[in-house]
Amino acid sequence: MSASQFTRDAHRALRNPQLRQALYASRGGFIAKRAAAAARLPEFEALRDNARDIKAHTLAHLDLYLESYEEKVIESGGIVHYARTADEANDIVVSICRRRGAKLVVKGKTMIGEEIGVNAALEANGVVPVETDLGEYCIQVRGEMPSHIIAPAVHLTPKQIAADFRRAHRDLPPTRDLSEGGALLAEARAVLRKKFLSADVGITGANFLVAETGTSIVVTNEGNGDLAATLPEVHVVLASIEKLVPTLEDAGTLLRVLSRSATGQDITVYTTFTTGPRRRGDPDGPEEYHVVLLDNGRAGLFGGEFAEVLRCIRCGACMNHCPVYQTIGGHAYGSVYSGPVGAALTPALVGIENTVDLPNASSFCGACESVCPVRIPLPKLLRHWRERARRIAPARQRFALAVWGFFAKRPAIYRLASRAAVWALARVGREAGHLRALPFAINWTASRDFPAPRSTTFQAQFKQMRRS
Amino acid sequence: MNESAKPRVGLLVTCLVDLFRPSIGWAAMKLLEDAGCTVEVPPQTCCGQPAYNSGDRILAKDIARRAIETFASYDYVVAPSGSCAAMLAKHYPGLFAGDPVSAAKAKAFAGKVYELAQFLTDVMKVEKVKARLARRATYHDACSGLRELGIAKAPRKLLNGVEGLELVEMAECERCCGFGGTFAVKYAEISTAIADEKIADVKASGAVLLLAGDLGCLMHIAGRLSRRGESVEVRHFAEVLAGMTEEPAICVSRPKRSPGSSA
Repeated sequence: MSASQFTRDAHRALRNPQLRQALYASRGGFIAKRAAAAARLPEFEALRDNARDIKAHTLAHLDLYLESYEEKVIESGGIVHYARTADEANDIVVSICRRRGAKLVVKGKTMIGEEIGVNAALEANGVVPVETDLGEYCIQVRGEMPSHIIAPAVHLTPKQIAADFRRAHRDLPPTRDLSEGGALLAEARAVLRKKFLSADVGITGANFLVAETGTSIVVTNEGNGDLAATLPEVHVVLASIEKLVPTLEDAGTLLRVLSRSATGQDITVYTTFTTGPRRRGDPDGPEEYHVVLLDNGRAGLFGGEFAEVLRCIRCGACMNHCPVYQTIGGHAYGSVYSGPVGAALTPALVGIENTVDLPNASSFCGACESVCPVRIPLPKLLRHWRERARRIAPARQRFALAVWGFFAKRPAIYRLASRAAVWALARVGREAGHLRALPFAINWTASRDFPAPRSTTFQAQFKQMRRS
Repeated sequence: MNESAKPRVGLLVTCLVDLFRPSIGWAAMKLLEDAGCTVEVPPQTCCGQPAYNSGDRILAKDIARRAIETFASYDYVVAPSGSCAAMLAKHYPGLFAGDPVSAAKAKAFAGKVYELAQFLTDVMKVEKVKARLARRATYHDACSGLRELGIAKAPRKLLNGVEGLELVEMAECERCCGFGGTFAVKYAEISTAIADEKIADVKASGAVLLLAGDLGCLMHIAGRLSRRGESVEVRHFAEVLAGMTEEPAICVSRPKRSPGSSA
């Protein structure tokens, strides 16, 4: 049996000291800052309940809110496009660019853009996309996928980024000092500022779409969302259908839990609201305003056992607190959505038969659920995926469970069999107190000793004591 | 207290304790009896977690139905494991969704299930146990007990009452050790890498004894420590609270009987 792609990538990650170092360096800060932000706000837990309820309510009435949202976007002079699949969404974006004769597109951060692979679609049609979120820019330079929802380059060390910048920015003096994070930021800023000013189209994501006003909201810490939305002549918002919220006030509630859960900030540096194109008298803004609303398998989740994953507001807290993610990083998940929420969402987008490892590679520690701002029961969802994946699990695993089940359902036989097994193990391991190799548990004993049991089980000892 | 007024506790030994570490079962029994309970151990197998977490709900339901019957006659069901107690208390009712009669039964059953430390402090109002152990120890918050049952204070409170025991907190004591049931064998390398981080925190705390309330986690961490040749001892907290530490720590050899010894 060959190891799966996931296992191979995870093992490679475990042996990558730079990755382990980068993850370790970021983790403590994420965890401590979120905890401090939550502690500063007495109503934080109540806000999480509100946030959960707002998202659950919206999803239950999504048809109505989508209709109202579209109406408002049209009223404000914008255009709403519906895309059932990634290909449809890409076609819409490409055709807008083509109609405008666009050569250069600047992108604010958009996970939907990553999900549908819009950069590749643009490039294939002769349009150059440039990422303007610093982390996204770093991974674009490297030709990588994001490894984290809000910190796409969290797997990289500053040293790696400096080397990449030297490779990418050949027109700059090779002797320049890039040893400080500030220097990297300044260099990216200078490069990107020129792109902003010459871009034909700006693409942003959306954290929230407000049904009552037709507004799209995007949060950033670098202001790239503002610039991508206002400088080019065309603004395209790429968003999935579950980003809807009923009112601005609801968006306010969600914003309060989003940044605290994500980075531990009370609020992000920039929160950008855009509603339609430039109006008469506006000093700036685009001539055209488009919203591409993507389904890509989400509607199929409504009313089913995975519907709750659609509440996700993409804060990344589940990744920051996940022991598995923090050990192997995001790329091993093989999807733009990694970590616990990625493991719950990706099978819905690309099929469980292609992603069997994702729901299984979890220790079910529950840290993700305990920090999720919209209280998605992630372990429960992963368990449901395991139920779906069981039919395609390796025969050996299914057989082992069936044998175990046979005994677990029959206490009398179980007692005899377990006594015999324990007796045998005890004889082998008595001297050392542990066993260094067990033929039927090599996966355990390859890296861990196995404690040698006593000569008999507790239940046997108990029975004997009762008799005497 | 006369016999009839004593609460009758059915001890869910847990399959791991039954098979690999009976001393924890005896320690739990002693603690419960000292607290004023009548303890019984009906014939039992497993709580069903391996099936439940492997996605086999039908098998898990079958096992759950049996467990509910097995323990039906007791006032309380107590387990020396947060993970097994949480399975009974938090997951059994959901298994019977769509079957109102069984679901109601499972829900009523769930209400009398407790993890050991929680039962001792919250139900039996134990303030202090009589035990002594001169060691610097640290407590690892095993995940299910902590996040599903909210167990954090109870074991620490009881451990702080052990004479000679110095309880120190390690960094990230609430972080998973990487065991995770079948995860530990299906993804052994990831599981082990997570254990190594836990071990680093344990060692940095200066503790020479690691305590927790779930044998699965303990076997995983002790197994890794043993393989690495580390000297930190690993035990279930019940053994310490019951003063039953003559059993060698997990994965450690039993002292050989030398000809001159009186043991």
